[in-house]
Amino acid sequence: MEFEPVIGFEVHAELKTNTKVWCGCPTTFGAPVNTQTCPVCLGQPGALPVLNGRAFEISLGVATALNCEIPRETDFDRKNYYYPDLPKNYQISQQFRPLGRGGWLDIDLGAEGTRRIGIDNIHLEEDAGKNIHPEGATHVDYSLIDLNRAGTPLLEIVSTPDIRTKAEAEAYMKGMKSLLEYLDASDCKMEEGRLRFELNISLRPKGSSTLGQKVEIKNLNSISVVLKCIDHEIERQTDILEEGGEVEGESRLWDEAKLVTRTMRKKETSFDYRYFPDPDLVTIVVTEEQKKRIAEELPELPLAKRARFAEQYGIPEYDAGVLTANLQMADYFEAAVRAHDNPKSVSNWMMTEMIRRLNEAGEDAGAADFAVRPEALAELVRMIDDDSITGKIAKKVYPLMVETGRMPSVIVEEEGLKPIDDSAIEPVVRKVLDENPKMVAEIQDGKMKAIGGLMGQVMRATGGKANPQTVQTLIKKLCGVE
Amino acid sequence: MSKSVSQIISDLESGATTSVALVHDCAARIDRLNPDLNAVLSVQRDDALKAAEASDARRKSGKPLSAADGVPILLKDNICATGGPTTCASRVLENYRPPYDATATAKLRAAGVVVLGKTNMDEFAMGSTTEWSAFGMSKNPWKTDHVPGGSSGGSAVAVASGMAPWALGSDTGGSIRQPAGFCGVVGMKPTYGRVSRYGLVAFASSLDQIGPFASNVEDAALLMNLIAGHDGRDSTSADVPPEDCVAELRNGRLAGLRIGRPRQFFDVEGIDDDVRSVTDGTLDILRREGAEIVDVNMPFAEEYSVAAYYVIAAAEASSNLARYDGAHYGYRAKDSANIVEMFSRSRAEGFGAEVKRRVMLGTFALSAETFDAYYVRAQKARTLIKRDYDNALKECDAILAPVAPTPAFPAGEKTGDPVRMYLADVFTLSLNLAGYCGLSLPAGFSKSGLPIGVQLLAGAFGEKGLLQTAWQLESKLGIAGSRTPAVFAR
Repeated sequence: MEFEPVIGFEVHAELKTNTKVWCGCPTTFGAPVNTQTCPVCLGQPGALPVLNGRAFEISLGVATALNCEIPRETDFDRKNYYYPDLPKNYQISQQFRPLGRGGWLDIDLGAEGTRRIGIDNIHLEEDAGKNIHPEGATHVDYSLIDLNRAGTPLLEIVSTPDIRTKAEAEAYMKGMKSLLEYLDASDCKMEEGRLRFELNISLRPKGSSTLGQKVEIKNLNSISVVLKCIDHEIERQTDILEEGGEVEGESRLWDEAKLVTRTMRKKETSFDYRYFPDPDLVTIVVTEEQKKRIAEELPELPLAKRARFAEQYGIPEYDAGVLTANLQMADYFEAAVRAHDNPKSVSNWMMTEMIRRLNEAGEDAGAADFAVRPEALAELVRMIDDDSITGKIAKKVYPLMVETGRMPSVIVEEEGLKPIDDSAIEPVVRKVLDENPKMVAEIQDGKMKAIGGLMGQVMRATGGKANPQTVQTLIKKLCGVE
Repeated sequence: MSKSVSQIISDLESGATTSVALVHDCAARIDRLNPDLNAVLSVQRDDALKAAEASDARRKSGKPLSAADGVPILLKDNICATGGPTTCASRVLENYRPPYDATATAKLRAAGVVVLGKTNMDEFAMGSTTEWSAFGMSKNPWKTDHVPGGSSGGSAVAVASGMAPWALGSDTGGSIRQPAGFCGVVGMKPTYGRVSRYGLVAFASSLDQIGPFASNVEDAALLMNLIAGHDGRDSTSADVPPEDCVAELRNGRLAGLRIGRPRQFFDVEGIDDDVRSVTDGTLDILRREGAEIVDVNMPFAEEYSVAAYYVIAAAEASSNLARYDGAHYGYRAKDSANIVEMFSRSRAEGFGAEVKRRVMLGTFALSAETFDAYYVRAQKARTLIKRDYDNALKECDAILAPVAPTPAFPAGEKTGDPVRMYLADVFTLSLNLAGYCGLSLPAGFSKSGLPIGVQLLAGAFGEKGLLQTAWQLESKLGIAGSRTPAVFAR
């Protein structure tokens, strides 16, 4: 029997706010343990939460961009469970009246067009701290707790189980990440845990409309890991079903070392969170005016930017798609084009030299941190365009720009890559012609193809520093075919 | 009778006394009486003397922080104050020292008020007698084998026995008004949101409110002025303009005032004869002074308060008290095999019986299967109770009711029967469920010499008018300072 996967995601995005969701502590990543804490996020007796208005606004922006219905009234609930990284032993979340419901994300499937994936709900909650298990020691009877992350605003975006293929899952994750970046809602750094995808997946006979028993999988810290995990889970669940077994409803953890999932918590032992409205917080009223303002303040979103890039800069639709897949890339492109108006060439350099290097640097590597700044790329393209350097030299200069982060003009100067003065080219050409009488004769016979061979020799002899146009003109002139 | 705060203030102003002298007096009185009454759990004598010296210096240079600069106060031990423990009268927090001041504490300090120490209470404010304190019950200064009421019993006893002219308590279901009534002092529960809860260790967040204890209405009004006000650190703090409760305190009038008499409260069976005669006598005085006594109907308040309160308060408490697991601070059981055992043993060993009872009750009420039948229905009842108040207050300016069905009762009488203990709260619970304000005023004595209070209740942010009425009534009752507990002689 052929099975079809049914996939949904819970996205957890740490919001990009300067301070935590219930207190004024900073959210900076990587600070010394327990330094970014106060009575509120430590869960000290008597301390009370106050909603971070910025976190709420960002959340409304995401809900709006994901086409959710935003209710007039929304409020916060307590999710009660005991865990040492949760100092109050309840998480403030939104269970009964989340800030967004019933939206969608259109995902880009390349040649197959787009597909609409439903968003069940979006809610704002707080992140927990981290348990630290002392490394190396085999007989420790304690864990340490770092509460720097406790109370960081966390937006949870719950999809409906609309995803059917690995390609769709990839497009959903990339589309969601891109959207969150566009909205400046999250840093989206998956390796730092700032963006986390929790997968739920079930199988059913292809063509069936019923849903199989789903399994939830956590601890997936990159898009490629999620994709590996999908492959594994499809295989695991297929094996079970083909042997006539039943998939157990449970939470599983991805084991990156073994490339398998393993049981974390069985569903039947899943406990009652005893949700109830948090009496320390008040109902938030979202007015129509506020909704309108938030909609108006939304930045240009990925699909719109892609269409504009293709139209405004005259670059192919595919290239526009790649350049707008994330905001940093799109901003980089526009900054470079602003500095030198040759979008096609800028795009070509980015599509080839830059993206390859970013991909090599990992999923979290962004254009904003790339060593070659947009102004530097613009200068490089300008130098080619005004014949200050040849394309060939540019290809030598670029890796040096990546390596050193310096401007191309500086590199050209220091590395002696400046083109040879036209007057200095003629002796070289004469020498090459003298050495190749046969080819000269061919040219004089009208076999212009031979010019290429001679040009190659001249360029080699000049270390690529001669202007090819000048070289060609000189060859023709000295062969008397002009 | 010790001096009222207003007298103390004029003595400070005239130089007849100093803050240091007041602190010494109070501390000496605590030393003398507390071994017997057990009203005070901790005294920060050195810090208080330092603060008093600073206050005296400010007075000397003519720059007091407020009129009350230098007046000593005791705080219920669930209100955070740096410099000493805040235990909530629980083993769980026996050694806990808060790293911050509650907003109410900070406001008092900013006004120059000297925090002297912390008062006894029922553990985590759960109880009506202070018998549930982990550190021994407080005793009623009028009859030391009787309970002082609770949960803010220590604060009531401290003011009644002159250990401090002022104290703060907290009122979740009557925890200020009832001990004030039992000890013959004035106690006020402000409107929910009037006084910041930041730094008040939560029992039931939607009901808790900090309020003043004082020996007379004017002193209570002075203290209200210092602690009330919007606080950005408490989301449930009301953003309403502050009201001066003192300036026009004496401008109220009883003539023409409509006083509501909730029929159902007076028809309740089991109201003690002395309580009935004091309450009726108070209504007679009001009538004589020209007030109109209006019969009002509050059927839901009478019938559903106890049930709704013990579901909602317990539900919130079960979640609020979840943090006391021994992981981060507070009591931790030793030698646990794993984290679950540590959590469970720390709580089992740390909490007293009443706290456990309510945490279990609340956990049950919030469980998925029972949530609708208990929590949701209790919230509906709460809406009806609030409507009772709104309807009644359309017909009157304030409501008068007994504080409790009986005066203070002998210690040990109800500890074995929690339901009987809960039912004794019938007159105070509904006000917290409605979120409105009220106070308890000494109105008379039982035949055996125990004080009996009456409650005056009003709507949201009606504190100023309520205090004016209470001041008028107090002056007509003529009992403030008329008798003092026998311990005063000591």
